[in-house]
Amino acid sequence: MNKFLKASLCTALVMCLPLSAQAHRAWLLPSATVLSSDDAWVSVDAAVSNDIFHADHAPMGVDGITITAPDGTSLTPQNSITGKFRSVFDVQLPQKGTYKIALASSGIMATWKTPEGERRMWPGRGEKANPADLEKNIPKDAKELQVSQFSRRMETFVTSGTPDDKVLKATKQGLELVPITHPNDLFAGEAAKFQFLIDGKPAEGVKVTVIPAGMRYRNSQAAIEVQTDKKGELSVTWPQAGMYWLSANYRDDKAKKPATSRSGSYAATFEVLPE
Amino acid sequence: MKKMVMRSRFFVSSFCAISLLGVSSVQAADLTVSVEIPSLTVAEYHTPYVSVWLENEKGESTTLAVWYQLEERGQKSEKGEEWLKDMRQWWRRIGRETDMPVDGVSGATRKPGKHELVFTEGKAPLGKLAKGNYVLLVEAAREVGGRELVKVPFTWPVAGEQSAKGSAELGEIKIIVNP
Repeated sequence: MNKFLKASLCTALVMCLPLSAQAHRAWLLPSATVLSSDDAWVSVDAAVSNDIFHADHAPMGVDGITITAPDGTSLTPQNSITGKFRSVFDVQLPQKGTYKIALASSGIMATWKTPEGERRMWPGRGEKANPADLEKNIPKDAKELQVSQFSRRMETFVTSGTPDDKVLKATKQGLELVPITHPNDLFAGEAAKFQFLIDGKPAEGVKVTVIPAGMRYRNSQAAIEVQTDKKGELSVTWPQAGMYWLSANYRDDKAKKPATSRSGSYAATFEVLPE
Repeated sequence: MKKMVMRSRFFVSSFCAISLLGVSSVQAADLTVSVEIPSLTVAEYHTPYVSVWLENEKGESTTLAVWYQLEERGQKSEKGEEWLKDMRQWWRRIGRETDMPVDGVSGATRKPGKHELVFTEGKAPLGKLAKGNYVLLVEAAREVGGRELVKVPFTWPVAGEQSAKGSAELGEIKIIVNP
């Protein structure tokens, strides 16, 4: 098996594990988020590791990366490479405004036990499945059947010139963050407000963890833990300048049939600048 | 929003300049600012990018001067704009919404020493200033060096000398009363 295939398969496995088993954290790390050049570029690292922004475990597959330009058009990642511990790609920013770099997926998953008590799941690890095929893939004698609807999204934002908000509009699919404070206008000591939506509706009780970069050089996670309010909103005051990784998890039972539960995970990288 | 405020400020300033021509008895006041760039003993020195701007009580900003790299190998070049964002607060308040260069505001970087800048009320880039409280902000960012922001609060019209001192990238910033 060639290295690249191995790497992407490994990543696919990591990305498809159920939320509870997600020991490692996936992250995107842009080289800059605020740019003033007329020919602006950013380079983005993408990896999976325990220590945020320390590439020491596995590269992240970047095949599904979408880059949305300020006018809504899609851009292609350039000069992509996948190394031992991280993937890297460049993004050229030909327009002024805010860009969104994201990796999102959603789907349906079923788990059950056979009459003999063996655990089964559909789709299998790393497989892509069409929700319409759910019924024919579950045996009639399945016990303790649980069908869940899930969404995952990971993103970061960069701005050339004046920030704008066209790419910040919600897609209304899965768990997503709608910035109230612009994600490229974050400063140490200031509070930023964000709203979480689940399938386009305010998501209350989303568990959010915010971790500053540089984990290797301190003795604790230094995590800020918050939950969203009734309006799905939360506020974070950045203790110091630097890169931050925000991750959020949500679960409820308001799923679309045949699913009985829905869950969403979200992660974003933000840069906070000094005052 | 900020951009509109700035535009209207420019409009007001040019309007004022015209009306002043016909009223010789009105003496336009000057705002004189001294910016000190300290001389540093470092292995690799580059003259800093410096921005000078005013903020009124409503938080509206007016840029007075931006010194940055305007040329490359003797030719006019936009290459130096790449680092304008390193003057973080100026970039946030004004820079990112301004298409540089701006006549009468943009200038080449300056050597260490005290630099006196005179702005005339009613003329760009100062424009007309209402009586009230202002803050003069000077921000410096140096390649392979540091960044510093110095604030000098003052009242317009200027009654007494006001000054503040930077600690690393900027020396004394002074508002001088007209002689």
